[in-house]
Amino acid sequence: MAQVNFDGATKRFGDTTAVDHLTLHIPDGELLVLLGSSGCGKTTALRLVAGLEDLSDGDVSIGDRIVNDVDPKDRDVAMVFQSYALYPHLTVAKNIEFPLRQRHVDKEERQAKVKRAAETLGLGTLLDRKPAQLSGGQRQRVALARAIVREPLVFLMDEPLSNLDAALRVQTRADIVELQARLATTTLYVTHDQVEAMTMGHRIAVMSEGKLQQVATPEDLYNKPANAFVAHFLGSPGMNLLEGMLVESGAPDGGAAGTLCVSFPGASVPLPPSVAQGVRGAGPDVVLGVRPESLRLSENGPIAATVIIVEILGAETHVICHTDSGARLIVRQAAHERRPAIGETVHIAVDADPGAYHLFDATTGVRLGEHAGATGGATSVGTAVGTAP
Amino acid sequence: MPADDVATTGAVAATGVAAGLADEAPETPRHKPRRRLRTIGSYALLTAGAIVVLFPIYVTIVNSLLVPDQLVQQPPPLFPTSPQWHNYVAAWTSGSMSKYMATSAIMTVSIVVGQLVTSILAAYAFAFLRFPFKRTLFVICLATLMIPLEVTFITNLDTVTSLHWFNTYEGLAVPFLATGFGIFLLRQAFLQIPRDLQEAAQLDGYGHLRFMTRVAVPLARPSLAALGVFSFLAAWNQYLWPLVATGGQTPLNTVQIGLKQLIGTQVSQIPVSLAGAVIAFVPLVILLLVFQKQLVRSLTAGAVK
Amino acid sequence: MTVGDAGSVGAEALAGEAALLAAEHEAPERDTGSGSRSHGLRQRLRKEAALAYALLLPALVLFGVFSFYPFFRNFKLMLYQTPPVPGLPAHYVGLHQIWPTISSTQFTQSLVTTVIFVVLVVPISLILGLALAVAAHRKLKGMAVYRMIFSSTVVSSVAVASVVFGTLLNPVVGLLPWLGINPNPPALESTTWALPSVAVITIWQFLGLSFIIMSAGLQSVPDELLEAARIDGATAWTRFWRMTVPLLSPTIFFAVVVSTIYAFQAFGAVDILIGNTNAARLHTNVLIYNIVNTLQIDNNPGAAAIMATVLFLIMLGLTIIQMRLLERRVSYAR
Repeated sequence: MAQVNFDGATKRFGDTTAVDHLTLHIPDGELLVLLGSSGCGKTTALRLVAGLEDLSDGDVSIGDRIVNDVDPKDRDVAMVFQSYALYPHLTVAKNIEFPLRQRHVDKEERQAKVKRAAETLGLGTLLDRKPAQLSGGQRQRVALARAIVREPLVFLMDEPLSNLDAALRVQTRADIVELQARLATTTLYVTHDQVEAMTMGHRIAVMSEGKLQQVATPEDLYNKPANAFVAHFLGSPGMNLLEGMLVESGAPDGGAAGTLCVSFPGASVPLPPSVAQGVRGAGPDVVLGVRPESLRLSENGPIAATVIIVEILGAETHVICHTDSGARLIVRQAAHERRPAIGETVHIAVDADPGAYHLFDATTGVRLGEHAGATGGATSVGTAVGTAP
Repeated sequence: MPADDVATTGAVAATGVAAGLADEAPETPRHKPRRRLRTIGSYALLTAGAIVVLFPIYVTIVNSLLVPDQLVQQPPPLFPTSPQWHNYVAAWTSGSMSKYMATSAIMTVSIVVGQLVTSILAAYAFAFLRFPFKRTLFVICLATLMIPLEVTFITNLDTVTSLHWFNTYEGLAVPFLATGFGIFLLRQAFLQIPRDLQEAAQLDGYGHLRFMTRVAVPLARPSLAALGVFSFLAAWNQYLWPLVATGGQTPLNTVQIGLKQLIGTQVSQIPVSLAGAVIAFVPLVILLLVFQKQLVRSLTAGAVK
Repeated sequence: MTVGDAGSVGAEALAGEAALLAAEHEAPERDTGSGSRSHGLRQRLRKEAALAYALLLPALVLFGVFSFYPFFRNFKLMLYQTPPVPGLPAHYVGLHQIWPTISSTQFTQSLVTTVIFVVLVVPISLILGLALAVAAHRKLKGMAVYRMIFSSTVVSSVAVASVVFGTLLNPVVGLLPWLGINPNPPALESTTWALPSVAVITIWQFLGLSFIIMSAGLQSVPDELLEAARIDGATAWTRFWRMTVPLLSPTIFFAVVVSTIYAFQAFGAVDILIGNTNAARLHTNVLIYNIVNTLQIDNNPGAAAIMATVLFLIMLGLTIIQMRLLERRVSYAR
C-alpha cells in the first residue's frame, strides 16, 4: 500500500496536451475518483500511473519512489479496464491466476490465492467457465478478482462500471466501496458519472481539458465549488450561473453602508451580509451561482422570468425559465409546490441561507470571497483536505 | 432466387435424384406446384453441376481399379467389377509413390511450420510493437506478393545451387519459409486482439514474447488454421519449383513431379498412374473435408471486404 | 500452374492494402518519444524496436534472398547473353538483347498462345463458377454437400488434373472412342485441339476457386435488397441481371483479375501433357513454358529474364487496374 503523487505531470500527444501539469497527492488508502467528461485527460492520468503512457514532463511517484522510467510490470499496480480485458481463451480461474504466474508464486499458494480472491467476489462456482459464458456483472467481478489477487500497492480502475446496466451498477458500486474499505488499498477510480463519483470517492478530483479543476470531498465539491466550471459540472441539473455586476446600493434611509447586490439588466439580487463581506471590493464583473434547489418561485422575488419548460420528475419538478436578459435558470421544486404554466411570468427568489450564494470572477471563473474553497493547486500539494474517513 | 432461371441452360436429367432430396416444409396449396417446380429445377442444376465436377474424378477412381484390357472396352465399364487393388500397391511400391509422398510430406510440413513461425513473429511486431520504419517494412513484406515465382525462380535456382542445396530438402523448402500473405493475415488477426489485453498482461509482468505465446497466438488460432491450410495446399501442389529445383529426374521428387514420371505411354500403365493420382489427391481431399471453412476463409481473404 | 497461385487472391487485397498504407502519411505512432525526455524511456523504446527487428529478421532475410534479390538480379540478367555453345561465359550485351527477344517469333507466338489460352479459360470458368454459386445460394437440403463438391477442385493439383484428363482424352481408352470421337491426330497432339484441351483442364481446376469467390460475394449481397426487389414485383430474371450482377460486380471483377493471373501462369499441364516432343508444342507454348525452356534447354538466362519481366509487367498491370477499381469502390462506399 502506498501513496500516489502527481507532480507537475504532463502528457502531450503531438499538439494536444492530454494532462497539463497535474499536481495531486493521493494518501495511502484513499479512494480518489478522477471525474470529468470524455477527453478531459482522466484516463490518461490513470495510465500515467500504470506506466501505459510515458510522461512528457513532471513526475509520478508511487510510495516514495519516482516511477517515471519504471516498467509497468515493476510498478506493482493492478488495473481494471473498462472492457475488463479478460483473456477469452482462459477460464475464470486461469484469468485470475494469470498475474501470479509471472511472479514466482508456487503453485499451491497460487491456487489458494485464486480461491480466496474468487470467494471474495462470489465467483466460487464459475471458476471453470470461459469469459464468453459469463454475464457482464460476472465478468466485471472476474476483472476485480484478477486485480486483488496480486495484492498490489495501488488499484487503478478505468470506468469499470460503464458497461453494466443501471441496477447492477448501483449494486457493484457498493461492492467496490466495501471491497476497497476492507483492503484499504490506495485506489484511483476514473469515471464520467458524477453520481458514481459522489457516492464512491473519499475525494474527487475534477478534470477538464487536461487540467485539474478542484480536488475535494464530495460534500465540499458540491457546496464550495472552486470555480464556475465545477459549479456547473456537478449536480443534476448543474448550478445556475448568472453574469452580473457587484453594485453597492444606497440604503433607503441614506445610511452609510449600503447593501451589496449583484445586478442584472432588469433585476438585482441582494447578497446576505456575510457573503457581501467576503466579496466587497471584488469585481465589478462577477458570476452569481445558485443551485436550482436554492431558488424558489416567489411573488416578490427579485428576478423576473418566463417559464419555458416544466419537467416533472415525480419527487421533484424542474422549472426552466428565461430571465428578461435572456439567461437560463432552472428552479427545483418539491412535488407538492404549485407548478407554473408554460409561458407564465414568474418571480424567482434566492434562499436567504448564505451557503446558497456562490460568486465567481467573471473573467477567470475562480470562486470569490471567504467561501472560496480550496482550488486544485492549493489543496493538492501536501495537505489532504478531508481524507478518508 | 434467380437460381432456377439460370437453370434454363442446365435443365437436364437427374430430376429423380433431385425429387428425392426435395422435401421442403409443407407449403400453402396455392404456391405448391410452382415452388416445387423451382425446387426441382434447382436440384437439377445442382446435380448437373456436381456430375460435371465429379465425373473426371469418378472415372479416374473406376479406371484405377481396372485391368488394362478393360480400359479399351466398349462401352467403358462404369463400375470396377473386380477391383484391382494391386494397382495401388504397384503405384505405391514400384511406382515410387511412397517415396514421393514422403518427400512431399517433409517439404510441405517444413514449409507450413516455417511460414507459421515467421509469419507469427513478423505479424506480432507489426501489430504490437513500436519501431521506426514500421509502415515501410510492412509495405515491403506485402510487396513480395507482387513478385511471382516465375520471375524469381531463374535466380533462385542459381542461389540454391551455390548454397549446395540443389536437389535437397533445403532447396525445396527454404525459399518458401516466409510469406507476405501470412504476415498480412496474422497481423489482421492480431490487430483484432483488444489493446487492453496486452496492457493488462503488461501490468501483470508479461513481456512481449510471453504475451505472444500465452495470449496472442492462442487467440489467433482461427487465422493460424486458415494460413496453415492455405500453406499446405500451396506447398503440396507446387509444380514449377520442385521441377526445376530437383531437375525433375532425381530421387527427390515430390508427388506432383512423381506423377509426371508415372504417366506412361502404354495403355497398360494407365491404371497404375491413375492410382498414383488418387494417392496424391487423397491428403488434399481430407484437408478439404476437415478444414473447408478455414480454406475458404484464406482463399477469399481479399475477395470480399 | 499450381493452386498455390491462388495466393494471388490474397495478393490482390494486399496490393490494395499496400497502396492505402503508402498513401497514408507516416503519422506519428502516438508519441514515440518526441516529448519524452527521460533516458530510461528512450532505452525502453530502443529495446522495443530491437525486439521488433529481431522478430522481423527471419522473414526479411528470406524475402531479401528469395524475392527481392532475384527480382532485381533479373534486370541485370537481361543485359547478359549466354552463347549457344555450352561452356562459354555470358557476356555483356547491354540493352541489345531485349528487343530481339521480345520481337522473336517464338516469343510473340508464345504471347499470342497465352492470350488465347486466357481468353478460353477466364470467361468460361467464371460463368460456370457464378452459375454454380447462384444455384447453391438457395437454402435447400443437402446444400452443404453440393457446396463441398463444387469447391472440391480447388484442392486438385495440376499434376493430378493432368493425369485425370490425360486419360479422359486418351484416343483409345474409355469415353472418346465409345462416343465415336476419334480425332486424328489425338486431341493432345492436334495443333487445333491441344490448347483447348489444356484450357478445359485449367477451367475444371479453377472452377472450385471461382465458385468459392462467387459464393463469398453472393453472401455479402444483403438478402433484403433481393427481397425488396421481389416485393416490387421484379421477376427472377430481372432480379438476377438488375440486382445480383451489379451488386456482385466487385467480386466478379476481382475474380476476373485473379483468374487472368492464374491463367497467365499456366505451366504444369503443358509440361505434363504436351511436352517437348509433341507435334502440338508450338501451339501450346505458353509463356512460362517458354521461359523454362529458354532457361533449361536454350540455356539462356538473359532471354528468360526478359520474358519473365514481360510476364511480371502484365501481372503488375492487372493488379494496378484491380487496385484502381478497388479504390473507386472504396470511395463509392463512403
